[in-house]
Amino acid sequence: MSEHITAPAADGARHSVEEAKRHMRTYAIVGVALMIGTGLTVWASYINFHSRETNILVALIIASTKGFLVAGFFMHLISEKKLIYLVLGFTVFFATGLMFLTLQSMQPGSIIHVQ
Amino acid sequence: MEIPYAVRARPDTGLYNAKLGIWLFLASEVMLFGALFSSYILLRVNADPGTWPLHLLNVRLGAINTLVLILSSVMVVFGWASLKMNDFRAYKRYQGVTLLCALVFLGIKSFEYRDKFNHYEVQLKNGTIYDGHIDRDNKDTNIFAFEAARMVTNHAELMLPPSTDTKLEPAQIPLVKIKDRADGKGKEIENYGPWHSSYLAIYFVLTGLHALHVIGGAIVIFAIWGPLAGVWKTDPERYINRVEVSGLFWHFVDLIWIFLFPVLYLL
Amino acid sequence: MQDTSHAPEAHHETLGFWRKYIFSTDHKVIGMQYGITALLFMLFGFCLMLLMRWQLGHSGQAVPVIGHLLLKLHGPDMISADKSGAVGVISADLYNSYGAMHGTIMVFLAIVPLAFGAFGNFVTPLQIGAPDMAFPRLNMASYQFYVVGGLIMLASFFIPGGAAKSGWTSYSPLATVSDLHRPNGQTFWIIGMVCLINSSLLGAVNFISTIVQLRAKGMSWMRLPFFVWAQFVTAFLLLLAFPPLEAAGVLQLADNLLGTSFFLPTGLMVSGTALHVSGGGSPLLWQHLFWFLAHPEVYVLILPAMGIVTEIIANNTRKPIWGYRSMVYSVLVIGFLSFIVWAHHMYLTGMGTKIATFFQTTTMMISIPSVIILTSLFISLWGASIRFTVPMLFALGFLPMFGIGGLTGLPLGFNVSDIYLHDTYYVIAHFHYIVAPGTIFALFAGIYYWYPKMTGRFMNEFWGKVHFGLSFMFMNAIFLPMFMQGMAGMSRRMYDGGLTYAAVPAAAGSPGIPGLSPFVLFLNKPILWAAVCLGLAQIPFIINFFWSIRHGRKAASDNPWEATTLEWQTPTPPPHGNFAKPMEVFRGPYEYSVPGQARDFTPQNEPDPAQLLTHGNPLRS
Repeated sequence: MSEHITAPAADGARHSVEEAKRHMRTYAIVGVALMIGTGLTVWASYINFHSRETNILVALIIASTKGFLVAGFFMHLISEKKLIYLVLGFTVFFATGLMFLTLQSMQPGSIIHVQ
Repeated sequence: MEIPYAVRARPDTGLYNAKLGIWLFLASEVMLFGALFSSYILLRVNADPGTWPLHLLNVRLGAINTLVLILSSVMVVFGWASLKMNDFRAYKRYQGVTLLCALVFLGIKSFEYRDKFNHYEVQLKNGTIYDGHIDRDNKDTNIFAFEAARMVTNHAELMLPPSTDTKLEPAQIPLVKIKDRADGKGKEIENYGPWHSSYLAIYFVLTGLHALHVIGGAIVIFAIWGPLAGVWKTDPERYINRVEVSGLFWHFVDLIWIFLFPVLYLL
Repeated sequence: MQDTSHAPEAHHETLGFWRKYIFSTDHKVIGMQYGITALLFMLFGFCLMLLMRWQLGHSGQAVPVIGHLLLKLHGPDMISADKSGAVGVISADLYNSYGAMHGTIMVFLAIVPLAFGAFGNFVTPLQIGAPDMAFPRLNMASYQFYVVGGLIMLASFFIPGGAAKSGWTSYSPLATVSDLHRPNGQTFWIIGMVCLINSSLLGAVNFISTIVQLRAKGMSWMRLPFFVWAQFVTAFLLLLAFPPLEAAGVLQLADNLLGTSFFLPTGLMVSGTALHVSGGGSPLLWQHLFWFLAHPEVYVLILPAMGIVTEIIANNTRKPIWGYRSMVYSVLVIGFLSFIVWAHHMYLTGMGTKIATFFQTTTMMISIPSVIILTSLFISLWGASIRFTVPMLFALGFLPMFGIGGLTGLPLGFNVSDIYLHDTYYVIAHFHYIVAPGTIFALFAGIYYWYPKMTGRFMNEFWGKVHFGLSFMFMNAIFLPMFMQGMAGMSRRMYDGGLTYAAVPAAAGSPGIPGLSPFVLFLNKPILWAAVCLGLAQIPFIINFFWSIRHGRKAASDNPWEATTLEWQTPTPPPHGNFAKPMEVFRGPYEYSVPGQARDFTPQNEPDPAQLLTHGNPLRS
C-alpha cells in the first residue's frame, strides 16, 4: 500500500530514485573505508615507533579521519545548514578549551604536583 | 494546535525542529564525552610510571565491536535512504540488522565486563603476585583457584601484556592459599573492576556510559521500527524525520566508539 | 502550506484535570508549575539560611522554638543540648549540611528553575509569537526531571548521616570521605544533580529550537525583545556547560559507590588510616570540571534577570531601551567568554602564572559587556517619564544592587587581591549582592509585572511597595556588613561564626594573638536579625500573591501596562495555542513614545498603514 504514496520529500527537495541509489553507493564505500581504517588502526598500534607519542598521534589521525567520514557522510554534515555548523563550531571550541586549559593548569611544573 | 516546522523545514534556517533539536543535543553530548576524554588524558598524564597498562583489554573483541558498530551505522543510513526511495520493506530489513548489531555489541561488551570481574590479582606475603582468571566453581574458601594465571614479582610487570616467561601452565599454577595473602596496606586481592586502578575506572565509566547510549539509541530505533511503524502510513514525512533523527543519534554513538576503541584498547 | 500531519492532541478535546494541570504539555502551565515549585524551594533554602545564621550569631546555643522539632528531624547525632539544657544545638556536620544544601537548593532548585524554567517557559513563546514550545512533551519531561531531582535532594536530609555536607561545590576528596557509609547524602546529591542537569539540558534544547524555529513572521532577530535574547544565550550556557559537570558527577558517583579514585590522590589518609582505594586520581580534576559549569551557571543566574528588568524598564519609562543593539552583542559576548574564565575560582590551586594570567585576562574582559548592559539600562532612564509601579521599583532596585555586586567582583577577578579575599565573607557578600538583591529582585519584578497576564488582576500596589522597601533595606543590612567581615579575613563555612579565630588581646606576659575583632564577630548578630526581618517582609508578598488571584484589582484590558511586546496582545490568560491566528510582526520591541504615533506605545504586531499597501514583510531571518 505504501508503494502508491508518492516518494516523500525532506527539506523541500524531491529525491529521484537514481539520486538515492548514488547515495547508497557512497554510504557503502564509506562503510568499507571505515572498516579498513579499523584494521589499519589495529595494525599501526603494534608498530614500534620508539615513541609513545607517535603511536598516539597515528591512532588519533586515523580515528579523526574515520570520525570525519561518519560525521560528513552518514550524518550528512557535509551538506548541512550554516546554523548547525555554527553550533558545532562553538561546541568544538569550548570542548577543546576545556581539555587544553585544564591540562595546562595541571602540568607538573606547577607548585602542587598532582599525583 | 499545530507546532509549525515540525515536519517541513523552516525556509530561512532550512531545518525542521527535531533536526535542530537533535544536533543541539549531540552538541551537549560532545561536551559530555569531551569532558570524560579530558579526564582520561589527565589521569594518564599524571599517572605514576609503571601504573598504566598497555593492551590489557582484548583487542580482537574490541575490533569486532568496532566493525559491528560501523556495520550498524551503514545499515541505519541504508534504511533511511530506502525510506526516501519509498521502500518500506527494505528499511525494515536494514533497520532490523541495525538492532541485531546493537545486541551483538552489547553481548560482546557484557562478556568483556564479566571477564574483567573474573580476573583477579592476588599478592602474597612473600611478595609474589598471581594474576589471572579464577575458577568460579571452586567452593573451597581456603584457596584461590586460578584457571590460568601468570606470576610476577612486581606490580609494574602486570601493566604489560603477558610474556611467555611469566605465564604459567595450568599444571604449574599453585593453589593459592587465602592465608598467605599479604595483609593491610597494599593490594591483597583485587579483581579488575573499576576500583582496581585509574585505567580500569575510566575504562568502565567511558564504555559503561557509551553502552547506556547504545541501549537508549537501540530502544528508540526499535520503538520507531516496531510499535510506532504505523506512522509511516499516516504521516510518512514525519516518520522519515524520526528515522533520520534517531539515525543521527546512532551515528554519534558509533563516532564515540571510533575514538574509544583506539584510546582504551590500543594506546 | 499543505497540512498532511496532525498534532498529537486533538484540536477541541477537553482535557481532564490530570492532563490539564499535572501532566500538561502547555508551556504556560509548565511555566507556572516551575514557578510555584521554585518559590517553595526558595522558601526552604531561606529557612536553611536562617538556621545557619542563628548558629553563626549564637554559636553553641539551641535554636529557639523549634529545637525539639530539629531533634526529631535530624536525630541526636546532629542536634544536641546546650549548656542550659535546651535542646536544639546545631552540630558542625549539620551546619555543613545546611550550608551545602542552602547553596545547592538556591542555585539549582530555586533561582534557575524560576528565572529560566518559569519565566522562560511562560513568556518566551508568547513574546516570539509562537503557539507553544517546539517540543511540548520534552518540556513536560524537563519539569518532571526537576521535581524528581528536587525530591531526591530533599530526601537526603532524612537518610543516615544526613544531607551532603561538602559545600555546594562538593570538592573531592572531602565529598567522598565526609561520610564513609554508602549510600550517603553525597550519593543523593549527585543523583539529584544528574536529574537536574538532564532537566536543564532538555530545557535548553527546547528553548533554542523554539527561538530559532518558531519566531512569528516578521519577528527578525533584531526585533526580538531583549528578554528573549537573554533566555537564548542562557539556554546555550546550560546546553554546553552542564555536560562536563554531569561527567564529573558520574565520576564522583563512581568514587562514592564503586570505590574508584578519580578524584582521590594516592596516599590519602582519613582519620589516621590510609583509605583503601587505588589512588592515582586528582582533586583538581573535579574542580576544573565543576567550575567549567559553575562559572557559566552564574551567568545563567543573572541573564534572565537582566532580560526581565529590561522589559520592565522599557515599559515604565515609555521609551525605547538605549543601546539595544549593544546590549544584544554584549549578551552574546558574555555567553561566549563565560566558558573561558572558570579558573578564576581556582587561583589558589597553584596553576602557574601563565595560565592564571590567561584566566585573569578573560575575566577582566567579561566585565566589559556586563557594564555595557548595566550602563545601557541606566542611560535608558535618562529623560524618561518613569512610572513608579511595583515592578519598576524592583527593576530600579536591581540596577545599583547588581552594580555593587558586579563591581565587588573585580578584586576577586584579579589574581593578586583574590589571594587575600578567596574563601572569605567578601566572596559571599559579592555573589549574594548579585543574586539576592540582584536576580531575586528582578524575579519579584517579573512576578508583579506578568501577574495581570496570568490572572487578569493586579497584585496589591501598597503591599507591593511595602515588600519592596522592606526587602531592599534588609537585603543590604544582611550583606553589606559581610564585605567588612570578609576584608577582616573571616573565612567562609566556619560553623562557629569565626570564634576559633577571634583575636586574643595582649595581656601581661603575652603579646596576644591577631585575629577577628570583637566587632567583626558581633556583626553576625545584626545580620541574623536582618535575615529574620527579611523573612518577615516576604509575608505580605506571599499573602498578596494568593489573595490577589481572586480579589486583586481587575486589569482593565488584556494589555494593562500598555506594553509593546507580543505577550500582551493575547487574551487573558492566553488560551492553549496562545494566538487566535498566526502573529505577524511589523516593528521592533520597544516602540514607545514614537513621534507621530497616536499613542505612546505601538505593539509589535500593529501593521504600518503604509506597509499594508505594499506586498507585506518578507520573512526575514
